Order: sequence, then C-alpha cells, then structure tokens
Amino acid sequence: MMNSDSSLSIKDSTYAVSTVVKSIMTDFRISRPNFFSTPKKGENYELRADLNSEYRDRRKDAIKKVIANMTVGKDVSGLFPDVLKNMQTDDLEQKKLVYLYLMNYAKTQPELVILAVNTFVKDTDDSNPLIRALAIRTMGCIRVEKIIDYLCEPLRKCLRDENPYVRKTAAICVAKLYDLSPNLAIDNGFVSTLQDMVSDANPMVVANAVTALAEINESSSTKDIFIINAPTLTKLLVALNECTEWGRIAILAALAEYKPADSKEAEHIVERVVPQFQHVNGSVVLSAIKVIMIYMRAIKNEEAIRQLVRKMAPPLVTLLASAPEVQYVALRNINIILQKRPEILANEMRVFFCKYNDPPYVKIEKLEIMIKLANERNIDQLLSELKEYASEVDVDFVRKSVRAIGQCAIKISEASERCVNVLLDLINTKVNYVVQEAIVVIKDIFRKYPHKYEGIIPTLCQNLDALDEPEAKASLIWIIGEYAERIENADELILTFLDTFHDENFQVQLQLVTASVKLFLKKPQSAQNIVQRSLQIATTECDNPDIRDRAYIYWRLLSTDPQAAKAVVLSDKPPISVQSNAISSSLLEELISNISTLASVYHKPPETFLGRGRFGADAVQRRAIEEQEEASRESPIQAQTKTNIENLLDLDFSDTNTVNSTTSSLPSSSKSITQPTANVDDLLDLFNDNTITSTQSSSNIQNNSVSNDLVNLF
Amino acid sequence: MISAFFIYNQKGEVLISRLYRQDLKRSVADIFRIQVISNTDIRSPIVTLGSTSFFHVRHENLFIVAVTKCNANAALVFEFCYRLVNIGKAYFGKLDEEAVKNNFVLVYELLDEVLDFGYPQNSETDTLKLYITTEGVKSERALKEDSSKITIQATGATSWRRPDIKYRKNEAFIDVIESINLLMSAKGNTLRADVSGQIMMRAYLSGTPECKFGLNDKLLLEKDTSHKGMARKSTAVEIDDCQFHQCVKLGKFDSDRTISFVPPDGEFELMRYRTTENVILPFRVHPVVNEIGKSRVEYRVTVKANFSPKLYANNVLIKIPTPLNTANINVRVASGKAKYVPAENAILWKIPRFQGQYEVMLSGDAELSAMTVKKAWSRPPISMDFQVLMFTSSGLLVRFLKVFEKSNYTSVKWVRYMTKAGSYQIRF
Repeated sequence: MMNSDSSLSIKDSTYAVSTVVKSIMTDFRISRPNFFSTPKKGENYELRADLNSEYRDRRKDAIKKVIANMTVGKDVSGLFPDVLKNMQTDDLEQKKLVYLYLMNYAKTQPELVILAVNTFVKDTDDSNPLIRALAIRTMGCIRVEKIIDYLCEPLRKCLRDENPYVRKTAAICVAKLYDLSPNLAIDNGFVSTLQDMVSDANPMVVANAVTALAEINESSSTKDIFIINAPTLTKLLVALNECTEWGRIAILAALAEYKPADSKEAEHIVERVVPQFQHVNGSVVLSAIKVIMIYMRAIKNEEAIRQLVRKMAPPLVTLLASAPEVQYVALRNINIILQKRPEILANEMRVFFCKYNDPPYVKIEKLEIMIKLANERNIDQLLSELKEYASEVDVDFVRKSVRAIGQCAIKISEASERCVNVLLDLINTKVNYVVQEAIVVIKDIFRKYPHKYEGIIPTLCQNLDALDEPEAKASLIWIIGEYAERIENADELILTFLDTFHDENFQVQLQLVTASVKLFLKKPQSAQNIVQRSLQIATTECDNPDIRDRAYIYWRLLSTDPQAAKAVVLSDKPPISVQSNAISSSLLEELISNISTLASVYHKPPETFLGRGRFGADAVQRRAIEEQEEASRESPIQAQTKTNIENLLDLDFSDTNTVNSTTSSLPSSSKSITQPTANVDDLLDLFNDNTITSTQSSSNIQNNSVSNDLVNLF
Repeated sequence: MISAFFIYNQKGEVLISRLYRQDLKRSVADIFRIQVISNTDIRSPIVTLGSTSFFHVRHENLFIVAVTKCNANAALVFEFCYRLVNIGKAYFGKLDEEAVKNNFVLVYELLDEVLDFGYPQNSETDTLKLYITTEGVKSERALKEDSSKITIQATGATSWRRPDIKYRKNEAFIDVIESINLLMSAKGNTLRADVSGQIMMRAYLSGTPECKFGLNDKLLLEKDTSHKGMARKSTAVEIDDCQFHQCVKLGKFDSDRTISFVPPDGEFELMRYRTTENVILPFRVHPVVNEIGKSRVEYRVTVKANFSPKLYANNVLIKIPTPLNTANINVRVASGKAKYVPAENAILWKIPRFQGQYEVMLSGDAELSAMTVKKAWSRPPISMDFQVLMFTSSGLLVRFLKVFEKSNYTSVKWVRYMTKAGSYQIRF
C-alpha cells in the first residue's frame, strides 16, 4: 500500500520521523502539509493507521486530514470509531476537531455515538468553562435520538452554571433540543428556565435566552412560549444597551413583536431604542428603524412622530456608506419606508446619485428611489444626472435610466417638457439601445399628455431604421397610428412595415393591424389599400389567434358601420400614472413588520419564498417514507401502480407494458390518416359556419354593450 | 437563522463548509456553485432557489456564502459576513484562498465560536484572540489559568477590555481620518460633496479608564454658547450623523451629546461620522477635453490645491480616462509624471508632493485608431487620489480627551488629522 501510494504518504512518513525527533507539536504549522491534496486510493486505510498511531501529533494530523476530506465532500464516515478514540484528550484544538467530525457523522453511526456520551458528560463537569460550554454546544448539535436522554441532565446543570459563558451557550442548546424533541424540552422545564433567564444579570445570557425563546415560539404551534410583560420589558431595555451588537438585534426583534399598551408606553420604548441609530453596525440600525416604524403605528402624538421621522433620516443616509451588499438591503428597505413616509428623505436626493463604480444592483435600486423622491424642486438636478447615466456602459442600467426619465415626465407634469427635451437629446446620440428605450417611454408620455408633443414625431420617425426590438417598434407604430393625421407619410411608413409583416414579433403585428385601421379611419381615401392588405394578411396568413381575431373584429366593424368603428377605435384612452410598482397598503404594513429581513428585500410576504412549516430535510424524508408505508398498507394495489409509475419514470424500455401501449396506439393514428379528405371537408364546413356567424356577430356590434367591451380591449 | 456557511475559491471549490442546522444537506454547496459561481448573469448578492436563500460576499478571490431557509435578517447576514472577513484579516493578515487553506482548522474553530445554531455570538477580535490562538500548546496552558476570566470578558458588559492592563507610560493617540467624496458635474457644479470621517484611537492606558471626548460639534457648542461666547460658533461643525464603537454609551450621547467610554486596549475605531455642510474641497479640477473629429482627443486639465500653503498633499494621483480605441498619447506636465496605461484606459498623473495653493496643468492629446463601429465614448469621470496631512475637509477639530481613572495617573494624548480621497470624481 505504501508503495502504491504517491508522494503524500512518503512525505508524511519522513515528516513523522522528523516530528518524533523534534517532538514539537507546533512544527506542522511551519511545514504546512497540503491537507487539500487530491484524494488517493486507500487513503482512508492510511488515515486509520495514523489515527491509531502512538504519537499524538501524528494522530492530530490525521484528524485534520479527515476534516479536510470531509470539507471537500469525501465520505470519511468509515473512520468513525477511530476518530472517536481521539476524543479523550487535553488538547482543546484536537477536541474541537473531533467534535466537528462527530456533529457531521453522528447520524450515520447512531450506535457508536453512545461511546462518546461519557466523554461529553465528563466534559460538562470540567473545571474549564470553555470546555463545559464546548461540550454542551456540541451535544446539542448531535441529532441522534439516543443521545437526547443523556443530554437533559448536563443541560440542566449548565443552565444554572455560575459562569455566564456556559449559561449563554446552554440557552441556545435549549432551542436545539426543542427543535429535536419539543415535548422533552417542555417536560423537563427547560423552556420555563429560559423564560427565567431573560432576567439574568449578564446581558449576553439575556440576549441568547431571547434568541432561543423567539425561535421556539416561532416553531411552536401555540405561539405562547415567549410573551413579553412589563418586568421582562424593563429587563430587555436594560440589556439592549449592554450586550453585543448581535444580541441587540435579537432584543430589538423581540421588542418589534411586543404590542405596547398605549401611546405613552410606545413613546417610552421608542425613546430607549432611538440611541441605537448611532450604532456602527448597520444591521443594528435597521433593526432599530424597524422597531420605530412599527411603534409609530401606536403613537398618537403627532409632534413625537414628526420628531422620529426627522431622527430616522440621517442613519438611513449613513447606511449608504456601508458595504455594497448592506447598501442593497438598506436601499430595498428605504424603498418600503418611503412608501409609508414619503416625507422622510425629501431633501436627500443627492445622496442617492450613483457612483460610477457602484455595483449594478445598487445603481438600479438607487434609480428607483430617485424616482420616488423626484419633485418639482429637484427635477432639474435629477434630469441632468439621469442624462449622465444614459451615457454609461452598462446597457441594462442605461435603459433603466432612460425609462426613469419617462417616469419623471409622467409623475411631474410641470417638468414633462424638460423630460421630453432630454429624451430628444438622447435620441440624437443615435446610440441604438438608448434610442429604442427612449421611443418606448415617449409612447407613455404621449398617452399621458395627448396632443402636446406632436412636434417631435418627425425626429422619432427618422430613427425608424435603427429599431430592431419589438417593444420599440410596437411603440413607434402605435405613435404613427395615433397621430396618423399629422404624419404626412404615415401610409408609407406603415407600408414598409407591412412588407415584413411575417418576420415581426407578435406585439408588433398586433400594433400594425391596429395602426392601419386607425390610419384608415383618419385618412379613408389614401389608406384603403393598406387596411385591406393588413387585414388580409392578418386574417389569412397569421398563425396567432389573437391577431387573427382582432383583425376579424376590425374587419367586421369597418364593413358594417365605419362610424361605430371610429367610436370604438379612436375613443379616448384612460389616463395612465407612474407604474413604479406601488405596494398595496396591506402588504406594505406586512413588509414594515419585516424590515431588514429577506421579505423586505424581495418586497414579498415571507410565505411566498419559504417552505411551508419548518421541516428539516430529515423530517421531509421521514414523512415521505411514512406516507408511502401508509399507502402500501391501505391498498397494496395502489402501491403496485405507484411503483409502476416509478418504473416508467426510469424509462425502462424493456418493460412489455410500454411496448404494448405504443403498438396499440398505432392503429388509431393510421386510421386518422386514412380519412384525410373527410377532415378537409369538415374544415371547409367550419369556414362556412364562420361566415354565417360573422354576419350575425356584425349585426350584434351595434349593440352598445358589446362595443363597450371592445373599448376595454384596447 | 444561518443554516450553513461556506467559503469557496474562485473556481467554486469548497474550502470551508460548516452546517449549523439540519434543514440542509452538505450538497447544497454544489447548488450554489452551479447556480451562482458558474452563472455570470447573477447580479444580486441574494439568490433564493426554492426555499433556500444564498447570501454571498466576494472578498479577494473568495466567495463567502451564508445559507438560510428562513426569512432571515438580511442586513445581519451581510454584516456578519463582513465581520468574518475582518476577523480573518486580524488573524491571518489577509483573508484569501491561501490563508484559508493553510489555516482551515483555525477557521473551523472560529466558525464554531462566532456562530452557534446559526446565531452570531461574540465576534470581537480582541476577545476571540484570547482563547482561539494559533499556537496550540502555549495557549492551552494559559487557558487553564484564566479561562474563567476570559469567559467573563467574552460575555460581560465591557467585553472589549481586560481589567488588569498596566502601562508604565499612559498614552492615547487619536487619528482623525476623513475621506472626502465628491461628484462634480461637467459644468463645474458640485453635485454632491460629503465627508465620511473616522476617528481611530490607540489607547495604551492602565486600569479601567473612563474617557470623555469632545469635538467642535455644532449641536453641542450651541448649547453652551450662553457662557462660551459666540466666537466659537463659526468654527463649529455640523455633524449629520455618527456611529460609535460599542464601548461608547449611546444613551448618554443621545441625551446630552457627550461621548464617554471605557476604551478597549490598543487600536480601535472610536467613531464614524458624516458631514455634508461646508465641505472644503482640497482640490479643484478644471478639465477641458475636446473630441476633435474621430481621430483625436485634446486634453487640458488644471488642478489647484485649495488648502493653506503651509500644508502639502502626498501621493496625488489623477486618473484621466481615455477612449477605448486610443492608439497613442502625448502629454506634457509641469510637475509630477504622467503616463498612459492602456490596461486601465487612462492617463495616470502622479505628483508625489503637492503644496497648498499651487496650480499644475496637464496638456496633451490622444490619437485614436479608426474603428468600424462608431460607438460614442462614455467619458467616465476623472478620479483623484491623495492624502493631506493636518487638514480636515469638514473643519472638525478634537477639543479635548479627558481620562479619568481610579489611580488618577496623568496621561499623554496625541492628535493627528488627515484627509484622503474617497470617491473624488469629476465629470467632463
């Protein structure tokens, strides 16, 4: 074996000799053997030999190699008993490594874990608090049924340990135990001990007790495990100022769940939370903002609310100086906060200006917020900024910037003219994607302010040839149709598009049909040919039912009553507003309760992206197995079919069943082939029917109700 | 909370994998590699696949990834990832693939300590260094003796300081470091100018000293104007917002704006602040860049130092972007050295020492090679880098640092000021 193995083992053996000579434990750190070398055949065998070696540094080295293998995903569970032998040691580092191994592989060797229990229990009595804490922490992570029974006694002891470090570790351990076996945790009184620990003298113990209780409360069915009352509230507020940053977040999260009795109490709590705005950790600041936003619902005093809103602005701005990922979370949350309290950052537009080297996800969020903050006073500044962005390199960002200009025009009617001018400047740059995006947004501006900016239509039409995206083309065609009477060569333009009708995208085709009808209604003499041709193509040569049907409707409309057609097609359109994805008020309230969490980043309620229930992978698997067993017990036949289906999924072609079914399906298909003529006749009949119904329906058109429906269509 | 924690290298190989909860399998690491590392379209730092969310931060050549299955506190997860990077830097000097590979045992030890069941625990580097050490044997002997002291400190109200510190000479050094961020429009208007300042302190003080720290904070001074006179008011600085190290008593600051604290031993960041009012720009840049036809760009860039002639700036670097199709560059400068760096598409103009009130100029032109597709040049902004000693853009000054200790020793305090460029960008 030694010979077949390559350099690693040879190096190791020479290395082992050298360490024996020196017998200095730290030596390996200098020589740094490569633990991440590619795995070799028989390595486990070697490792086993090393793990049982008589030299402790060699054993330790072997454990390290085992952990390295575990990290890269190699299965080293076979070494379980050998690693376990090294657990009893004075070397804290080695102990930690063995524990790490244990946590990973305990489940694969549930019988052998029992062997470790003794050491664990002994360690929880060690004089060194670090070892006591380590033992209880690790025991909680070993999720083997058998070990749970042995966990209770040490846990009880550790929860009352005189050392706060052990107590804070034990507090979290209760949450681990509850996750594994809720009844055991409650029956042994651990949960109520946790409730007492909220009043512990040590702030970190308080924080961890709160963390554990919150977790247990969430997974419990009754949700009555953690209820804050007046005395605990005081304790929490005291601990808030003393514990670590992460502890503060846990306490703030607990405070967010508390429902203050009245406005006065809410104001009192808020007063204690506001100093957290000055914390250096951005997540503490966001958690504090969450608490304040929630409590503001309860505060009746208008002046106090105004004060709070004023105090909230600077920390929110400061969050923009943090790491880009934190900035991103902050920006998504600012977006929510702005919907609730639009006044909060009214004068802070400048801080959202994008830096050239901001990551794209930050830039796009900043854009959204700038649109939200836009008003008559700052629009000039914003426009020159957006124009600047439109010349950047990142295509996606440029498009969004151009779109933002359009949104500003729609949002602020006083500035619409300036926005249109900026868009015209951009169109003149002739950068392809900028032009296309600009035309799309100009269409929206035309919708919002009809008959105001017709003067720019010639400029738009000059760029006709540059368009290659469906949305931009469709927008331009819509504009041509809408303003056909003002465009001298509208018919020519439509004709050029009609030549390539078949190659166009579906939405372009749809706009083309509509635009040609509009053109005809506005210029009946010159456009008759065009409308006939477009309807002809759309009804006979087009595969898309939407386009075909619309063309049919137009055709019938025009052939029965052109006046009615005019009323329908050229009717006034409902006005549009900024579609800056406003969140519904109920969702907004829910998101405010979730500030700083994933839900607030996605702007979606948590249920939409979380699995139902809090099942671990084990639980899911167990349930699947149970279900299957149950099913097989209930009806063996059904189980039989189930396995059949599985076989089919495996695509086992040797199965005679599948072969039979394919052969049996063959005759029927050949039957349909043998009667092609009949089918064609049927189809012809269909067409006849069609013509009859079409006349019928065209008579119906005069009905007002129908035409109203049609209006909605457009 | 955090269900698993992974560190990958650039190629997507798992260097560290630590599961904290049982709702995930180790193989979830592969999903991240396939869906995010090998997928160049992913732009968001948060990716949710099914009900599993991946948070990632890139540092050096590493992906640092936290995985959760619940509606986790996203800000906390990212702050924690960055904290871990800082811990790594404090331990290994630099957190990169090599450091992680060479110290993977230590990384596991740290991960075991800073996260329990997915909840962040103590992450103060100074405390961690007390009981998670690189020298296995030595630390262990030390541990037996004062492990209870360590644990008390790790959980205590002043978790950042040991009680038994002694120095022969009690000294405190204060560094006020300001980064000035500027965005100037092509027309010469200041679009935004703000200062983010940092007050670093190196405290070598015995015992448990109570410190009081005073700045020329406008809000604070206005309160005192009644007995200090109006003269001071003009020099006061309006601080928009500030954050403090966790040793500072936030409640006290909120009530009367005094900064009082028991400092950690050694170097730490006492506070961060931000100002936007009356920012003094240390440098003025006047760029004139003309595109002449399709084959030439003409540059005339003037830079003027706006601070007292007694001071000077160090390591001034002005980066002037050039078009992508630049073939050749001719530049003339009055001082410093300028050269064209094709890899960065820019002219780098270095001036090692730049005295206050001086003005320097660069003139030159770029010849462009012909291109088949004419794409407009996006004209990225000119950026600057510099350091000016004994100068603060915000005008902030340290008024006093008082140290109170039981033994009543005298202490020596030193203050230094520096302004450096944050993102100092001038469009043209």
